[in-house]
Amino acid sequence: MYAFEYFRPTTLAEAAQLLASNPEAKLLAGGQTYIPTLKQRLAKPSAVIDLGRIAELRGIHEEAGGLTIGAMTRHAEVASSPLVKRVIPALAALAEGIGDPQVRNRGTLGGSIANNDPAADYPAAVLGLGATVRTSKGRAIAADDFFTGMFETALEPDEIVTAVHFPKPEKAAYAKFPNPASRYAIVGVFVAKTASGVRVAVTGAAPCVFRATAIEQALEQVWSEASIDGVTIDPTNLNSDIHAQADYRAHLVKVMAKRALRAAG
Amino acid sequence: MRISLTVNGKPVSGEVEPRTLLVEFLRNQLGLTGTHVGCDTSQCGCCVVHVDGESVKSCTMLAVQADGCSVTTIEGLAKDGELHPLQRAFNEHHGLQCGFCTPGMIMSAADLLQRNPDPTEHEVREWLEGNLCRCTGYHNIVKAILAAAQSMRAMAKAAE
Repeated sequence: MYAFEYFRPTTLAEAAQLLASNPEAKLLAGGQTYIPTLKQRLAKPSAVIDLGRIAELRGIHEEAGGLTIGAMTRHAEVASSPLVKRVIPALAALAEGIGDPQVRNRGTLGGSIANNDPAADYPAAVLGLGATVRTSKGRAIAADDFFTGMFETALEPDEIVTAVHFPKPEKAAYAKFPNPASRYAIVGVFVAKTASGVRVAVTGAAPCVFRATAIEQALEQVWSEASIDGVTIDPTNLNSDIHAQADYRAHLVKVMAKRALRAAG
Repeated sequence: MRISLTVNGKPVSGEVEPRTLLVEFLRNQLGLTGTHVGCDTSQCGCCVVHVDGESVKSCTMLAVQADGCSVTTIEGLAKDGELHPLQRAFNEHHGLQCGFCTPGMIMSAADLLQRNPDPTEHEVREWLEGNLCRCTGYHNIVKAILAAAQSMRAMAKAAE
């Protein structure tokens, strides 16, 4: 690891100020991706701003019938929250399947979506539920506008995710085909029936989480596994790597969508 | 940076660089070499310790992040010279061969049993997702954890 300065603000305002005045600084959330990145010397920040002691960034609240979850809320907290299990059980189940127990004890919602790893689980839930990402600049960014590319988001360099608001779906579920070693999604599909229509978000398959609009349209017609059978997923822009070829990932998108549909009921 | 924390019930403090990992602080500065570094890539779980009662990978946490926290390592599990039921069970059920992964396995299992005192075999296996063992095939590790769970439940009942 390269040397860096370390800051541990206790308020969001202080963190935002530190980030604005240290352009080469990086934010540390749960650190389950960023610390391994630092260890491999893939990043050389001038300073690390640790968000771990900012109480206002934590917590799970019911809001407008849905859930608002603070950016620094850990996966283990979401997975075990009676409130999440009651309002959006699919979200608790997704959090329960991230990484391993020790990763879930440290990793955070905000860290996951700000990093936007192509194979991370949370982006599928945020996009699939049509959630809204709230930031330190007072912005409320719709999920459809938030994830812009591989490891890229609509966040400005000095902007911090503060919370995510998830509207309550009629029904929803997430199914993933995990890499057996890392538990990252080779393909993960989040299916939701929401007030504004069917949403199907796919992670792991492409450089960035995306909506499978063909499956959405098919499920709008008839909410059934047979509808998914009739859809063709084009492998052209999907990932090929040592774990799976693009055509196999295209196949898995449909299989996972069907499993999610079955789980959603 | 100066940090102060509680390690295995005792207050400790030390001077660390911000980039010092918690596991480096524990091993190199405190001499608590029971916590192992297996993969250094956050996969193997040999370095699992408890921070404020929850299991974490100490190779994926900075020492400065543990400032003010309470840390328990494998050295802190035995009480008054008595091995922890998990330690005894790993011994009795031969839950190890080379022993390298054992401290992490036990610290991880201890976190499971405090959340779920009566796990099924499947739940134990799922929980060990973040702990890799290259020798045993996990069979006796799982057996040891289930046996420890049983004896801990019996002890809790006896104490009532």
